[in-house]
Amino acid sequence: MTDDKRAPILGATAGGGGAGAAVQENIHNPVEGVFDTVEAVPGSKKPDTILTAQNVTRRFGGLKAVDVETLHVQRGAITALIGPNGAGKTTFFNLLTGFDNPDEGHVELNGVSIDGVASHKLAAKGMVRTFQLTKALSRLTVLDNMKLGAKNQPGENFLKALVSSMWTDREAEVDAQARELLARFNMTHMADEFAGTLSGGQRKLVEMARSLMTDPEVVMLDEPMAGVNPALTQSLLGHVKQLRAEGRTVIFVEHDMDMVREISDWVVVMAEGEIIAEGTPDAISANQAVVDAYLGSHHDSELDFGEDS
Amino acid sequence: MNWDLIFTQMFSQAFGVNAMVYALAAIGLNIHFGYTGLLNFGQVGFMAAGAYGVAMTVFWLNWNFWLGIGIGVIFCVVLALILGVPTLRLRADYLGITTIAASESIRLFVRWRGNRERTGAAEGINDFADSFFALNVFDKPGNESYQFLFFEYRANDLWVMLVGWIVVAFCVLINWQLIRSPWGRVLKAIREDEDAARSLGKNAYSYKLQALVLGGVIGGFGGMLQVISKQSVQPDTFNPVITFLIWTIVIIGGVGKVWSPVVGSIIYWGLISLMITFMRELIGTGAGPNLDRFLNLSILNVDQLRFVIFGGALMLLMWFRPQGIFGSREEMALDDR
Amino acid sequence: MKKLQFISGLAIVLLSFVGLTAPAWSQTEQEINGRLQIRTADGERVPAEGVIITVDGVGEAISDADGVWSVSVPEPGIYTVFVDEETLPDGVSLRTVGRSSLEVEVEAGKPKTALFSLVEGEGTAAGTNTSEGITGRRIAQLTVEGLKQGLYLAMAAVGLSLIYGTTGLVNFAHAELVTWGGLMTYFFNYYGLAGMIGFLAPLPAPFGGGSNLIFAAFFGMIAGGAMGYLLDRFLFRTLRRQGVSLIAQMVITIGLSILMRYAFVYFFGGSPRSFRNFTAQSAIDIGPVQITPKDLIAMGISTVVLLAIGGLLTFTRIGKAMRAVSDNRDLAESSGIDVQRVISTVWIFGGSVAALGGVFFGLDQVKWDFGFRILLLIFAAVTLGGLGTAYGALVGAIVIGLVVNLSTLFIDPELKNMIALLSMVLVLMFRPQGLLGKAERIG
Repeated sequence: MTDDKRAPILGATAGGGGAGAAVQENIHNPVEGVFDTVEAVPGSKKPDTILTAQNVTRRFGGLKAVDVETLHVQRGAITALIGPNGAGKTTFFNLLTGFDNPDEGHVELNGVSIDGVASHKLAAKGMVRTFQLTKALSRLTVLDNMKLGAKNQPGENFLKALVSSMWTDREAEVDAQARELLARFNMTHMADEFAGTLSGGQRKLVEMARSLMTDPEVVMLDEPMAGVNPALTQSLLGHVKQLRAEGRTVIFVEHDMDMVREISDWVVVMAEGEIIAEGTPDAISANQAVVDAYLGSHHDSELDFGEDS
Repeated sequence: MNWDLIFTQMFSQAFGVNAMVYALAAIGLNIHFGYTGLLNFGQVGFMAAGAYGVAMTVFWLNWNFWLGIGIGVIFCVVLALILGVPTLRLRADYLGITTIAASESIRLFVRWRGNRERTGAAEGINDFADSFFALNVFDKPGNESYQFLFFEYRANDLWVMLVGWIVVAFCVLINWQLIRSPWGRVLKAIREDEDAARSLGKNAYSYKLQALVLGGVIGGFGGMLQVISKQSVQPDTFNPVITFLIWTIVIIGGVGKVWSPVVGSIIYWGLISLMITFMRELIGTGAGPNLDRFLNLSILNVDQLRFVIFGGALMLLMWFRPQGIFGSREEMALDDR
Repeated sequence: MKKLQFISGLAIVLLSFVGLTAPAWSQTEQEINGRLQIRTADGERVPAEGVIITVDGVGEAISDADGVWSVSVPEPGIYTVFVDEETLPDGVSLRTVGRSSLEVEVEAGKPKTALFSLVEGEGTAAGTNTSEGITGRRIAQLTVEGLKQGLYLAMAAVGLSLIYGTTGLVNFAHAELVTWGGLMTYFFNYYGLAGMIGFLAPLPAPFGGGSNLIFAAFFGMIAGGAMGYLLDRFLFRTLRRQGVSLIAQMVITIGLSILMRYAFVYFFGGSPRSFRNFTAQSAIDIGPVQITPKDLIAMGISTVVLLAIGGLLTFTRIGKAMRAVSDNRDLAESSGIDVQRVISTVWIFGGSVAALGGVFFGLDQVKWDFGFRILLLIFAAVTLGGLGTAYGALVGAIVIGLVVNLSTLFIDPELKNMIALLSMVLVLMFRPQGLLGKAERIG
């Protein structure tokens, strides 16, 4: 149903890996104008929802870390999840991706319930995530990191692994796919390096590229820009936009409002576990409740409203 | 000082039954810890499961010895499942404590007097492997020794070694094939970061269980060959210190390399018998009384030195060379466990 | 540099052994020995005199007034030992019918004990359950035994738990601190403080000669604290500073444990020994329960010590600092607590309390591996109570002591330690944070 909206993964490499600012200007935004009719209130309905969360709560001891009443996520758009430290963003992410189980509540992906579905099964359902603390697999080469993401590799079955001929054909395909993705992310020259030798930003790139090997519908990025140097940030932003251009849905957690404004189509604001506001980036920057949530709770917040506040 | 004896001991031990048995146990542990990152502190439990599988089949059930090999494998698989299903979701250090507790529980259970008819309790089981030695191609009357160059082995040991080293070669081959396959790639990914593997759609739990079973069964083969070679199985030989000896061997060779368990075992047994035989000889010379006076070292406690040395070696290797004595420093720098 | 530090640390530890063994141990020729005791109908143990014991192919011996017998054997090996049932006192029989011979393996230079269990009245057939039924008296007796073991275990467990709490390290060598305390106390008990260095022996007690067990235990605790300090200062502090991972540190403690344990047997020999004082006490009756005065006093002392530890943790500055570091190391550091000092204190404290535990366990006998034998019980206690919580360790230890002893109401005593280990595994599976621990937040 959704496949027709999405460019084939390998065909979309036209932008090239370098992805300088000039190139990014040209990246197509398939959801432009979709949010014009959406009401900017928490829990608002979207024209084409891919992911829905209803009454999701998670408690740690007496503390309610997450208490989300309703969240609809628009298909094919970049949705930012922002909020002060301790707002429950990462915990909410964990709940959505099966890395933690909610005390109550329902999550649906493409209209199908994914309550209690183990995290590893979500990749098959088209949802993949990255982590706040980048999880590059240090003592695997960059190429092996990439290949790990591939689906349908019969050689990952114990018995079939024993017979090389059962998996070498698929392995060759996977190898080609991995190298093409590496080329797109401008990392071909690092293919045979151990991932542990890469810089923080390069690891972020590997992690994102690796997640694309699963050919996901929904990409969940937990602070993709954290600890990345400014030069690489632009490149990363370009890659995120590229995901949207391919028709994928992106949800990401971020602190830096500049980034959020630059790439997101829709912003969801969390504070103390609840969603306190939703809206377009411009509307959110002007929202008094959001400003209070940030400045009221954390003066040292990285969120910078600049001239907009 | 009898240098001939010292070197004969060293070379014979380096490739002898012990080196073979511990190479197998270490191949298993290397799959657990080296490739999957499982903190298995109970490898000796798998050796016991294999050993008792064979011995009990003959002693208790009165079945064919060769069937016992299969029963031993089944014991190991069952143990891995009992151990793994509930505990592989636990944190690494909890898994370590659980596995050491399980291996001790096995030892306590088989030596329980209530099991006398099944396991022979504390005295164990003897003479159950006649069928194995009936096929000895090196048979000599009175189990006499063969000698060549610096090697000297009894006829029966030579037969166990022939079979055992073939098993070792086979296990290394399997290990090599699996690790170069995508299956092995998933294991290594789990070792590096389980959550990352899960986020990419790999069922980490299932893979850890598979690794536990595979490494356990290989360890079980080690246990079987050990007790077959002695024609005797006794519960107290399966104490936790053995597990940590296996750890030392894996670390000597370098964690997570296909050849490391074999190389580590040969080096360990060669070096340790070189040192101990040398000490024994030294005690026999004029220096003996002084060693006793100043180091309290005599023929009576020279064997304890073996454990002092390997305990110290385990500490120092884990500290300074966790990548093994042949591993590179760069590799170690990446080790963020 | 770091290597140098380590080696010098190791040298200190090893040298201290060498110094301590100055009054050289006369290594006995190997022998098989034993002590025949009869368990009377009301549970007392009395020696059996005049029983003939034969070691096949070697010779025979007759048990003396204390029931003790021994036969020297020419060389190490496996021997069969028979008890002559004809010579047993009237009305006394082997506890297990037909078990009149034993095979024992004798190691070079070490005495080997062959145990024959005798009972008043008829013995039971092999393999049957020897439990005497569940009576109120038995429950009371086992409860006291359980409390006793639990209290002693708690002494060892509290340090392990605090070290885990403050540094995240699971210290497999903690049992060796227990043994160390027991052994040092034994040496002080026999040779006094200075008497261990041969030429100072003539000095008066407690400096030369032997010192009373109570003094000796005190010095044993100091030795335990010193060992804790040295280990932290020269080994673990360096490891922490180099950023060696906790898993690697844990494996290092395993190596340390083996090194220390076999250094003990190297210097101390393999046979069990007893303290000089309070060895042969007969049990006294308190209500339905029998207990030896030394155990009663030790239980009293350990209760006081454990209460004091509780008070220390709750009310004193350093105690609060320990708990703060356990709770959240970074927060404690940023609020001005000297974390390094707290950790040092925890090691000293853990080492000396474990040493006292070693003294109490050693009241039965002191042996090179008697700490290691209870290591898994200590782990069971600590994980049961919740790793890293000091109070949890106390509660866990008592629970383990009671479980181990009361389980013998239903199962063969030989399996009691297995029950403790299995209950620990169950707790880890269903409540990994332990009985008193809090659930951890993920991510």
